[in-house]
Amino acid sequence: MRVVNQPIAKIDGMDIATGKPVYTDDLCNQNALVLKILRSPHAFARIKDIDTAKAEQVTGVECILTYKDVPDVRFTLAGQSYPEPSPYDRLILDEYVRYVGDEVAIIAALDEKTAVKAMKLIKVDYEVLKPVLDFEKATGNPVIVHPEDDVHINFDIGFDRKKNIASICFMGDGDVEEELKKCEVVLEKAYYSQAQIHGMMETYRAFTYLDHNGRLTVVSSTQVPFHVRRIVARALQIPKSKVRVIKPRIGGGFGGKQNVSVEVFPAIVTLKTGKPAKIVYDRKETSSCTSSRHAMRINVRLGADKAGMVKVIDIDALADTGSYGEHAPTVFTLVGLKTLPLYNQAKAVRYRGTAVYTNKVSAGAFRGYGATQGAFAVESAVNELAARLKIDPAEMREKNIIKAGETNPILDGPEEQKPITLKSCTLDRCIQKGKKLINWNEKFPRKVFSDTKVRGVGMAITMQGSGIAGIDTASAVIKLNDDGFYTLLIGSTDMGTGCDTILAQMAAECLDTTMDKIIVHAADTDISPYDTGSYASSTTYVTGNAVIKASEDIKKQIAESGAKLMGVSAIEVEFDGERVQTQDCSRTLTLDEIAQRLALGEGQNQLIGKGSFGGETSPPPFIAGFAEVEVDTETGQVDLIEYVSVVDCGTVINPNLARVQVEGGVVQGIGLALYEAVHYNDKGKMISDTFMQYKVPCRKDIGKITVAFESSYEPTGPFGAKSIGEVVNNTPAPAIVDAVYNAVGVRVRSLPVTPEKVLKGILESE
Amino acid sequence: MKINVTINNQKRELEAAYDEFLVDTLRRYGYLSVKKGCDTGSCGLCTVWVDEKPILSCATLSVRVNGKNITTIEGVQKEAKQFADFLVNEGAEQCGFCSPGFIMTVLAMKRELAHPTEESIVHYLTGNLCRCTGYAGQLRAVKKYLGVV
Amino acid sequence: MISIQDYALPATLEETYEVLTAKKSNTILGGCAFLRIGSKKIGVAVDLAKLNLDFINEKNDSIEIGAMTTFRKIETNPVLIKYFNGILPKAVSHIVGVQLRNSVTAGATIYSRYGFSDFITALLSLDADVVLYKGGQVSLETFLEDGAKKDILVKVIIPKTDRKAVFQTMRNSRSDYAVLNAAVSNKENDWKVVVGARPQRAKIARAASHYLAESQLTKEDIEYAAELAANELTFGSNIRGSREYREAICKVLVKRAIMEVLA
Ligand SMILES: Cc1cc2nc3c(=O)[nH]c(=O)nc-3n(C[C@H](O)[C@H](O)[C@H](O)COP(=O)(O)OP(=O)(O)OC[C@H]3O[C@@H](n4cnc5c(N)ncnc54)[C@H](O)[C@@H]3O)c2cc1C
Ligand code: FES
Ligand code: FES
Repeated sequence: MRVVNQPIAKIDGMDIATGKPVYTDDLCNQNALVLKILRSPHAFARIKDIDTAKAEQVTGVECILTYKDVPDVRFTLAGQSYPEPSPYDRLILDEYVRYVGDEVAIIAALDEKTAVKAMKLIKVDYEVLKPVLDFEKATGNPVIVHPEDDVHINFDIGFDRKKNIASICFMGDGDVEEELKKCEVVLEKAYYSQAQIHGMMETYRAFTYLDHNGRLTVVSSTQVPFHVRRIVARALQIPKSKVRVIKPRIGGGFGGKQNVSVEVFPAIVTLKTGKPAKIVYDRKETSSCTSSRHAMRINVRLGADKAGMVKVIDIDALADTGSYGEHAPTVFTLVGLKTLPLYNQAKAVRYRGTAVYTNKVSAGAFRGYGATQGAFAVESAVNELAARLKIDPAEMREKNIIKAGETNPILDGPEEQKPITLKSCTLDRCIQKGKKLINWNEKFPRKVFSDTKVRGVGMAITMQGSGIAGIDTASAVIKLNDDGFYTLLIGSTDMGTGCDTILAQMAAECLDTTMDKIIVHAADTDISPYDTGSYASSTTYVTGNAVIKASEDIKKQIAESGAKLMGVSAIEVEFDGERVQTQDCSRTLTLDEIAQRLALGEGQNQLIGKGSFGGETSPPPFIAGFAEVEVDTETGQVDLIEYVSVVDCGTVINPNLARVQVEGGVVQGIGLALYEAVHYNDKGKMISDTFMQYKVPCRKDIGKITVAFESSYEPTGPFGAKSIGEVVNNTPAPAIVDAVYNAVGVRVRSLPVTPEKVLKGILESE
Repeated sequence: MKINVTINNQKRELEAAYDEFLVDTLRRYGYLSVKKGCDTGSCGLCTVWVDEKPILSCATLSVRVNGKNITTIEGVQKEAKQFADFLVNEGAEQCGFCSPGFIMTVLAMKRELAHPTEESIVHYLTGNLCRCTGYAGQLRAVKKYLGVV
Repeated sequence: MISIQDYALPATLEETYEVLTAKKSNTILGGCAFLRIGSKKIGVAVDLAKLNLDFINEKNDSIEIGAMTTFRKIETNPVLIKYFNGILPKAVSHIVGVQLRNSVTAGATIYSRYGFSDFITALLSLDADVVLYKGGQVSLETFLEDGAKKDILVKVIIPKTDRKAVFQTMRNSRSDYAVLNAAVSNKENDWKVVVGARPQRAKIARAASHYLAESQLTKEDIEYAAELAANELTFGSNIRGSREYREAICKVLVKRAIMEVLA
C-alpha cells in the first residue's frame, strides 16, 4: 500500500502545533455576550424562590435566565443515536438542583466581570434536601434524586425512578450457579474504580449566533455535531432545520465532549436576545459540573479448575451515574460485553448491572466506556485466581482466551446473544510478544533490588469494539473539483486523534492519488454528510468504510465520464488515479482535463461520490498490557518502570498516529491506576476539581512506554483495520495492580493504588 | 492602565485593567496562540516568554510587564516550525491545544540547557501537561531536535 | 477571579510600607501564582519590582536571598548549588515546572508560612533568619511560630557555613504537593531535623536533633532518632494522606535523610 499503513504526518499537525487560531474560542466574535452560570452550593435542594431583580440592574447585563424561563421539556445531554437509551431527565434549568454545581441561573453580560458581579447579586432561597452521596446506599433510599414524574424513557432500560435506579442490565449464557458447583476453585472479590475526570486541555466551550437567515449557529468543541443539533433543537423546542452546528479544531475530548454539556446555555441566550453569546467553562466547572467516568463497584465470581481453565465468570456491577443518567445504560453494558467474550472456554457467563442516581457530579462517556472498569475488575480477578492456583497469569490467559474463528454468544452482533464468529484476533501473539518485550519469564513475579526496593511485573488483556453494531452509521462524500483534486466531506470529528488524516489516507489509497490532492472538510451539520460522531471507537472502522465506498463510487464515475468524453464505452477504459485511458492505450484523458471539462459547459456534470456504512458487527481490537513497577517497601511508593502494550487493531492505517494513540491511552490508564483520586467533602462537593488537587500524570510519572503491534486482518474493516481509540485505556490499572501484588504481596482492589494503600498492606502483612 | 511593551519585536501600547492577567490581555489583542488550560498555574499551556524567560502568563499581571519584552509563538514561527517538524513527524501533536505553550518551553530549554540529557529535558518540561499524547512522542521529538541520544 | 482597584510601584521600602498599611485590603504582589487563585478583593496591589529585592548575595559569613527572588533563580544559582549540599535548589526543583518557578518568589512563600512548602522545610534546617521591614531580623523558626503583623518580608539571611543538608520528600504524583517533606542538616555535630507538610508547617524536631548530637550515630541510633521525630511532631490528614501514613513515612524520610548526611 502506498498511503495506507504509512507514518504520514497529520494534515493539520503543523498548524495546530504552532499556534494557529483554529479552536472555538479563537474564532468567537469579540462582541459576543459572555455567560456565567450560578451554581448550586447544595448537593440537593429545591429552589423556593429566586430573585434576579438586583442583578438585572447591573449595567452591562443583557439577560438572566432561571428555571422559569426555559422550556418544560426534558432531554438528555448524552450524544447518542436517536432514540437515545439515556433517560430524558434534564431541563436546561430545573427547580431542583441535584449536585453541588448544578445550574441555577444563566447570566449573560457584555463581559465576564459584569457577569460575575451580577451573579453575586442573585438571591436564591433554597429548600435544602438531604442528599444521597453514597452510591452503595442509593437503591431504595428514601431520598429520591429525581422526584419529578415527567422523566421520559425511549425504551425499557430498567429505569425505576423511585428506587434511584437509572438502568438495569443483564446478559449471559449458560447456567452460572450449576456450573459453579462443578468448579474446583471459586474466587469472589469486589473491585472499586473511581470517577476519573477527563481533563482534556481545552475546557468545554461553545458560542452561538443567528445567521443571515435567522438560524441558530452553534460553534462548539464537540465530538458529536449531529447529536448537538438534535439535542439543542429539542431542549429549545425549535425545529432541527433551524440549527446549524460547526465543529472547529478540538482540544481533546476523551468522551467528555460526547455530552452536550454547554451548548444549550449560549443557545437559549442567543434565541432570547438575538445576540451572539459564548460560554467558556473554567477548569473547576469542567471537572465538577459536566461528567466523569462512572465510578463502579464490580463484584466478580470466577469458577475454574485447578489447571486454571476458567469455567464461569459472573459479574455484578453497581455504577454511580450521579445526578443525571447520561450514558448510564450503555456504559455499564460494556462492563460485561467487553470482558466476558475474552474467556471463551467458559461454560457459563453472566453480567448483571445496576446504575444508580446519587447527588454527585453526573457520569458519562469516558474513553473505554465501561470496558475500562470491567477490565480492571475481571482482569484483577483472573490475576488473583492465577496467584491462588500458582499459575503464571500470562500462561493462564494463553489457555483461556478466545481465538480467531471461534464463536461467542456475547460478542457484539446485530441480534443480541446470537453466537458471532470472531473474524480477526491475534491476542495470543500479543501476549507472546509482550512477554518478550518486558522480559516476563525472567522478571516474573519479582526481583529484589535492595532492602527497600522490589520490582514486580503484572499483566492484563482487553478488548473493545469498533463502532456500535447496528447503530453507528456514517456517510462520506467525495467531490471532484475542477482542477483534479478532491474534497472529502465527513461528519466525524477529529479531536486530535488524526482521523481527518487517516480518512484522507484511505481516500488517497483508493483513488490512487496523493495526500495533497485530498482536502478534508469536517464537520458542519449544514454541509457534512451524517455521522453519529467520533465515539465508541467508530471513526476508523465505520467512517473509514464509508470513505472507501465513496471513493469507489467516484472512481467509477470518473472512468465513466472520461470514457464518455473520449466517446468510448466505460468498459473500454481504466482510471489509474491520474488519467483515464483506453485499454489499448490509444486514447488518454488526464484527471485535470476531465475535471475541467466536466465543470464547463461541455460536461455539465459535477462528480460527487458518496458512501454510507453501518457496521453489522463491531470487530474487537485486542491488547495485552504488561507493567513493571518498583515498590519502595518503606513508603509504599510505586514507580512505574516500564509499560508494554501489544496491540491488535487490525491493519495499522498510520503507524505513528496509532502509536501515539496507544501511548496517550496508556498514560490515562496509568493516571487511573496510580494518581487520579477523586475526593468529595462531606457536604457532597467535589474538591478535586483543579489540576492542583486532581493529578493527571505528569512527565515524570510514567516511566518507559513501549508499544508494539501484532496486526490481524479484519475482513470487514477498511483495509483490514479495526479501532484503536479506546481499547488503549483498559489494561494499565489491572496490570499495575498485579505488578504491585507480585512485588510486595499487597492486593489493592480500590483505585487508585496510592502509596498509602500499599504501605498499609505491607504493614498489615508483616 | 496603559502599558508599553515589545511583543514579538514590535512595540505596542496596550490597555489593561489592573487585575487582568497577561494571558487574557494577549488574547484580547489577537495573540490567540496563547491558551489557558487551568485556573491554578498547574498546566503550562499559557507559557510565553517575558524577557526571554518562560513564565506563566495566567499568573502574571499585565501591568507588571510594562516596559518588558514579550514573546509568543507567533513571534518565533520559524524556530517553532523547525521543532514542530520533529513533533509532527512523530505524530506527537494530538489535539494541539498544549502545543504552543509546550513549544515555547522547548525553545527556552534549548537556549538554557547547555548539555541536555533525557533527565534534564524531562525535568525542564514537567510543568507542561498534556492529556493526549502520553509524553513519550514529545520526548522522542525533543531528543531528535536537540540531537540527544 | 481576584479584583484589583489600584496598582502601586513604590520606589522605597518606606513608601511601600505606607501604601501597604494604608488599607486592610492593600496587598503585596509576590509572583502572584497563589494570589490569583480565589477571589480576593485587593485595594492597592503593591509591586515590589522597583525595590531591588531580586538577589542572591554571597557575603563573608552569610548568604542573603531577596524577597523577590524566584525559585528558578534559587534552583540555578551557583552559590546555592555549592553550599549546604545544594539543599535549597534541590528542594525547590520539585515544584511543578520551570514556568511556575520563574514566577513564584521566596518572600511570598516564607511570609505566607505555607504548611506544604518545600523551600521552608529546607531553609529551616539552615539556621536562617528573616528580615522584615518593621519587624526587623528574627529567626525563621520564631517567624514560623509567631508570624508577623502586616509587614514586608525583605530578605532571608543564611549563615554561610559548611553545614551539610539533605532534603527528602514523598509525593504521589511527582508534580503534586508533598505528602511529607523532611530536611536534616549537620554541622560539627549540631544536628537539625525538620519535617514539613505534616500537613502543618515545618517544624524542628528538637528531641530527635538533640538525640543525634549525643548519640554514636549507629544504625539503631538513627532509627531511634527518626522514631523520636515521628513521636514528638504532630501530623494531620488531608486528601494527600492520612495522619497515620504521614507518621509512618516521617520515620523513613528522616532516617534516609540522616543516612544521606552521614554518607
Ligand atoms: C500550582 C502550584 C503548585 C505548587 N506546588 C508547590 C509545591 O509542590 N511545593 C511548594 O513548596 N510550593 C508549591 N507551590 C507554592 C509556590 O511555591 C509559592 O510558595 C506560592 O505560589 C507563593 O508564591 P508567590 O510568589 O506566587 O506568592 P503570591 O501569590 O504573589 O503571594 C502570596 C502571599 O504572600 C504575600 N507576599 C508576597 N510577597 C511578600 C513579601 N515580600 N512580604 C510580605 N508578604 C508578601 C502576598 O501578599 C500574598 O498574600 C505551588 C504553587 C502553585 C500555584
Ligand atoms: S493556564 Fe494553566 S498554568 Fe497557566
Ligand atoms: S496534544 Fe492534546 S493536550 Fe497535548
